[in-house]
Amino acid sequence: MSEPVAQKTISVEVNGTTYEREVEARRLLVHFLRDDLDLTGTHVGCDTGNCGACSVIVDGTLLKSCMMLAIQADGASIETVEGLGADGELNPLQQAFGEHHALQCGYCTPGMLMSAKALLDENPEPTEGEIRRAIQGNICRCTGYVNIVEAIAAAAEAGR
Amino acid sequence: MTETATPTSALVVEEQETRPGFIGTSVPRKEDRRLVQGEGVFFDDVKRYGMGFVHFVRSPYAHAKIKSIDVARALELKDVYGTLTGDEVAILTDPFFEMSVPPGSEIKDYALAVGKTRFVGEPVAAVVAATRELARDAAELVEVEYEPLDPLVDARRAQDSDAPILHEDAGSNVVWEGVFDWGDWEGTVAEADRIVRIKELHFDRFSSTPLECSGCLVEFNRGTGQWTMYCNHQMPGIGAIWMAPALRVGTDKLRFVTQDIGGAFGNKICLHPYFVACCLLARKLNRPVQWTEWRTDQHTANAHGNERWFEETEVAVKADGTLLGFKTHAIDDCGAFPRYEPLGCIIWAQVTPGCYRWQNVYVDFTQVATNKSPVSPNRGYSRMQHLWFTERVIDIVANELGLDPVDVRKRNYVKADEFPWTTPNGCVYDSGDYARCLDIALELVGYDGIDKRRRDAESRGKLLGIGIGSTLDSGTNNFGQSQLLNPELQFSGNNEVATVKLDIFGEVVVTLGTVPQGQGHETTAAQVVADALGISPDDVTVRPGHDTYWNSHAGFSGTYASQFAVTGLGAVKGAVDQLAGEIRTIAAAVLGGVPEDAVVLEGGFAKLRENPEAAIPFMGIGAIVNANNAILPEEARHVTLNCRYVYVPPFEVPDTERKYGNLTLTYASQIHVCVLEVDPETGAYEIVDYAAVDDCGNRIHPQIVEGQVHGATAQALGAATHETFTYDEQGNLLTPNFYDYHVPHALDMPPLKTGYIESPSPFTSLGAKGMGEGGGAGIHAVCAALQDALRPVGNPIVYDSCNPPHRVWELISNPAESRGRISVESR
Ligand code: FES
Ligand code: FES
Repeated sequence: MSEPVAQKTISVEVNGTTYEREVEARRLLVHFLRDDLDLTGTHVGCDTGNCGACSVIVDGTLLKSCMMLAIQADGASIETVEGLGADGELNPLQQAFGEHHALQCGYCTPGMLMSAKALLDENPEPTEGEIRRAIQGNICRCTGYVNIVEAIAAAAEAGR
Repeated sequence: MTETATPTSALVVEEQETRPGFIGTSVPRKEDRRLVQGEGVFFDDVKRYGMGFVHFVRSPYAHAKIKSIDVARALELKDVYGTLTGDEVAILTDPFFEMSVPPGSEIKDYALAVGKTRFVGEPVAAVVAATRELARDAAELVEVEYEPLDPLVDARRAQDSDAPILHEDAGSNVVWEGVFDWGDWEGTVAEADRIVRIKELHFDRFSSTPLECSGCLVEFNRGTGQWTMYCNHQMPGIGAIWMAPALRVGTDKLRFVTQDIGGAFGNKICLHPYFVACCLLARKLNRPVQWTEWRTDQHTANAHGNERWFEETEVAVKADGTLLGFKTHAIDDCGAFPRYEPLGCIIWAQVTPGCYRWQNVYVDFTQVATNKSPVSPNRGYSRMQHLWFTERVIDIVANELGLDPVDVRKRNYVKADEFPWTTPNGCVYDSGDYARCLDIALELVGYDGIDKRRRDAESRGKLLGIGIGSTLDSGTNNFGQSQLLNPELQFSGNNEVATVKLDIFGEVVVTLGTVPQGQGHETTAAQVVADALGISPDDVTVRPGHDTYWNSHAGFSGTYASQFAVTGLGAVKGAVDQLAGEIRTIAAAVLGGVPEDAVVLEGGFAKLRENPEAAIPFMGIGAIVNANNAILPEEARHVTLNCRYVYVPPFEVPDTERKYGNLTLTYASQIHVCVLEVDPETGAYEIVDYAAVDDCGNRIHPQIVEGQVHGATAQALGAATHETFTYDEQGNLLTPNFYDYHVPHALDMPPLKTGYIESPSPFTSLGAKGMGEGGGAGIHAVCAALQDALRPVGNPIVYDSCNPPHRVWELISNPAESRGRISVESR
């Protein structure tokens, strides 16, 4: 019987850049992004997959990067908060989050933005209920969600 | 007083000259740009070459003797750098300083468990390894032999003769006890028409559970013997007071550095045990070590809010609903170690009579240790428990005497024209208009139409209830209150520091002593500076976070207890006023030796009032003082353009005999009204309408104030409806993560309606009041609304602060149980 594979070299594209790295088989995608690639915008808020602070988009699908191993992302294309703006310009969601005071400590913000992006990519004209449902997997302990919902609605409006 | 309209802001800069001021406007937050791009720097983002990751080995028992610890197998693993055990800690450090008097002062609290473990999750050893995963694996290999002991879980049993004793050194589970007797309780009883008795009320255990867990990256500098902690400690001043003596060094050996912090809410004040363990490891292993708390550990073993029981309460009332006084016996459960406690045994007294004119108060207060997670301040700290109690009392009295809860409140609230109002224990409520706030809140939920809505709900098989939560957010502590619990303690007053400088190229740079965690300090500080210097907030750089090396802090520096608008901005205002004076001094000297008051500051220039053509840019002034000072006349050479100001509020040491004195400087108020519908079949309920009206004096940045109101409300609604740290009989926490501990998600939040008034504080430099904590108004309002809703189904009494559907169902199915807690004596 052969030994289980403990290490593997993977290749992932993150925000348009391709990275090739050897990773431990058990490394979580979120730790790979944060610790190995130093993309620290994606955060960790829990250890049970409940908070959404680690949300990223993998091959077009919104995922919690703490619920996935880095090796499972081999060959994938990943979008993180660092890729939202272009050349230092904020995208409409980022802009709206600032204008509507949708963040206080900003710890949930990267995950919220990715969930909101996934929503608007799918559904550019969401109702308030749809917005709330889309961020239901993202915990914010600071804002009570009031301004987050407003900001996402405003960004949708701006994108129309 | 301004009401619910956006205030137009005009600031008088010079006589007869007005221009728009930035104070009072919602300028864009300086913090946001980096945070929305994922470019904030939280402690866990910081990396150092060769750093090791710390994992704590934690106790699976609530109460046990530690018979032995064997780390050998862990150390055998490749890339495990080292370990630390309680035995080493006991040799290398002294116990943390305790604030209590005996027996509480005899408690020995170390960075790791020494000899015994007293709560599930208590760290008993630590392992450091090359990766997070490896550290965790290695921790599993540490062998600890325990001898389990009976746990003490219920604080009410703590003084029973057969109760297990947590701290043998103290010989008792009592951490602190004292009697607060203000006014004349006996006389009050004689004067009363009714005495309402409430057998037992319970304020539940929960915490704000900030989304970012605690942690630090610690470096030890062997050459200087100094530790640097990149961390999220929210009160480094007090942190250093705990840590330095324990580590047997001076506070100069401890450098705290923070930038962005992912929420704290008081839960990041008591991190010193963990940080000391990390400091010891960094020194022992001669490498940087990094500790990031896991969510489960945060819930299990870091910081809970105080749980409190109110036993055998008596309320003295006149027949018309005038409240004369109350008496109660409070039992506070601080968990296994007091740490910031027993301060909570005093802090509630900042709001002794709540929003009311009660003159006679008798509280017999006991704090005990139990085999549960230690507590720490938690948003609304200690006042929230007490305010919940006073609001419960009001509604129970109204219910039992058949009075209208709105009328009882208005009859007994401190009136707008009575401020400043002195409470029976000497606290001075600065300003407010509670009745007006209540009217606005009632209007926001359409109180006039409530009967119709009640009938409508009834037709759908639902029970509608409306409830009020009136609270105070007392801010800017007088630390002299600590002497009320231990007259030997040498703490009093308060302080905060800021520096504002004008640098060589005209940069205006502000350094704060505070430790922001989302409150927008960079932004509001810039507003104050901009207005004083006649520039825009965009021209002001405020250094993010805190760094001991900036030397811009004092003993009480930090961000806690609703005080930044007063202490932090008071310091900024003091420093920038000094700087403005210095700029004028230089300009007056350079522009031809004119008097200083002939100089005005505008648009980045110092100009002559009478001849605006004669002007010098700030850059010129910065350059002269920093690099060209030989041109200055002798009398202008003392100017540094680097102004440090320590804000000190006007406090006295309280009278320790009578437990009397002013304990806080400002009193923001929040009046909330909740409308909910209960399904009597299941106990499930939904909040269908909700209003929060806030009065925090002058609002520096209305949007930030609103954001705090939303956030505090959400946390209170979570605590009222679901969030609970429940333990089983063996002392196991049943809600150790966000899966079991249900915080509000976006779909759980009811629509919030907000309103405000501004009653400027006469005691603060900007007329502002701290307001971040919010006093838990939502908890009180939900309890009151539930009680109102359940009136038709046996009129049960809501006796617990946390009421998930199952508890509501219990109230409905057995109203006699809760009704049995109440009796009314007519006299
Ligand atoms: S860290 Fe991934 S869901 Fe919480
Ligand atoms: S802004 Fe702090 S957790 Fe959302």
